[in-house]
Amino acid sequence: MIEVHNIQKSFNGNPILRGISCTFETGKCNLLLGGSGTGKSVLLQCIVGLMKPDIGSITFDGTVFTNNKVDIKQEIRRKIGMLFQGGALFDSMTVYENTEFPLKMLTPEMTREERRDRVEFCLKRVGLENAGNKMPSEISGGMKKRVGIARAIAPNCTYLFCDEPNSGLDPATSIKIDELIHEITHEYGITTVVITHDMNSVVEIGDHIIFLHKGQKLWDGNKDEILNTTVPELKEFIFSSSLVRAAKKVDEETEGGLAAVVEEPLKETEEAPKTPNS
Amino acid sequence: MVKTFGEFLIFMQSMLVRKERFAVLWQRTLDEAILIGIDSVFIVAIVSAFIGAVTCVQIAYNLINPLIPKSTIGFMVREMTILELAPTITSIVLAGKVGSSIAGGLGTMRITEQVSALEVMGINSASYLVLPRIIAAMLMFPLLVILAMVLSITGGYLAGTLSGAMSAQEYVEGIRTDFVPYNIAFALIKSVVFAFLVSAISSFKGYYTEGGALEVGAASTGAVTNSIIAILLADYVLAAVLL
Repeated sequence: MIEVHNIQKSFNGNPILRGISCTFETGKCNLLLGGSGTGKSVLLQCIVGLMKPDIGSITFDGTVFTNNKVDIKQEIRRKIGMLFQGGALFDSMTVYENTEFPLKMLTPEMTREERRDRVEFCLKRVGLENAGNKMPSEISGGMKKRVGIARAIAPNCTYLFCDEPNSGLDPATSIKIDELIHEITHEYGITTVVITHDMNSVVEIGDHIIFLHKGQKLWDGNKDEILNTTVPELKEFIFSSSLVRAAKKVDEETEGGLAAVVEEPLKETEEAPKTPNS
Repeated sequence: MVKTFGEFLIFMQSMLVRKERFAVLWQRTLDEAILIGIDSVFIVAIVSAFIGAVTCVQIAYNLINPLIPKSTIGFMVREMTILELAPTITSIVLAGKVGSSIAGGLGTMRITEQVSALEVMGINSASYLVLPRIIAAMLMFPLLVILAMVLSITGGYLAGTLSGAMSAQEYVEGIRTDFVPYNIAFALIKSVVFAFLVSAISSFKGYYTEGGALEVGAASTGAVTNSIIAILLADYVLAAVLL
């Protein structure tokens, strides 16, 4: 569990985080939701130690991270896996070498064979068992995200941070990445924190959602509660999505609601006869 | 400027704390030595051979007094090559090639969050990325300077003899006259200092790049410009102190 207490951060006197306190629960996908410029990425960078908060403390499973000794911080950092927005894969290394990198650096006691087994397992887990020899420049955005996930989980991380894992991906690939993050979180019982402003992710993987607005936490709950929120800023954020607005309109205007409209094409797809070319 | 120098010193200090294992740093140093050293052999060879040749031809052109022996041309080519041309011109060429490569590489790693990825893993990115580059440069620059000395003097020999400005015997006699071994040591000391300046300044510029592709280009340009100025300043200081 990660506990964030009264984190404040400002740049050139301009406050970005205004005393955020929240908890990220173990074994759950914790979503940091909010529009652009609300301080999500700054909060994440403070949590993983890339940025130092002006005030406040961060605790990882009872161990204080902020302002602690370097050795203790290093110990915590080695339990952290992070998926960056652009993947942040090392350009000069293959997919295999990228995944192997944290093992080589953090677990020198592992033999070459043990590392190979672990890398192969991680690449298989993210569906890239045949892409080990490819360079990052040769793979798609979605594959880069998967390699990023494989690299993050390779050293058996306890905490997984994902910075906008869906950015730049098509909806179908986004859903696959979301599902992968969700599965891995529950499979290994790790604490996952995902930054997003994608409502699809909220519905897919939002075990615990924290809504940020202008550097403050305005709401927290889960995906079942979010659509019934009474917080005006959150309502505005949710219904600013054209898709959600359209779905709401259909739901209100159609007999049987949105469910009837969604189920009908699905039935047709399942029952449709196969064409000779299919 | 004082602030930047202070930041530079802090950056240098940050490389030396929380260092990675020796085996990791050694492997990284070897990789960088190939990039900095082996990959620069061609350009250093071309530049030094032609500089030696041009130096010889121009000295021959200016030495028209029949009282001055022709062997003086070889002597002057050797002295100029060892004391100045080989260490300084080679380092300036390498500032352009290696310095821009270091700054551009680190800058790109910074803006694509690869440096952050290392930090999140608990790896000291300055130590992992920069220290091997500096050590590799300090190992490879002297070797490249030795190569430049040999090729420059050879270039002078070929240009002098093929153009008929002097005989081979006169040139060899000239390069053997009043040889001071300390000058070689002086040139190698200069090359090590220049290597440190080029690699450290370029790393500093690249490591702290912020923004996008435009800033990476600016960091590379800044790295080359500042490295060359630092080389010329250090050249004067070393000459004043060590000669």
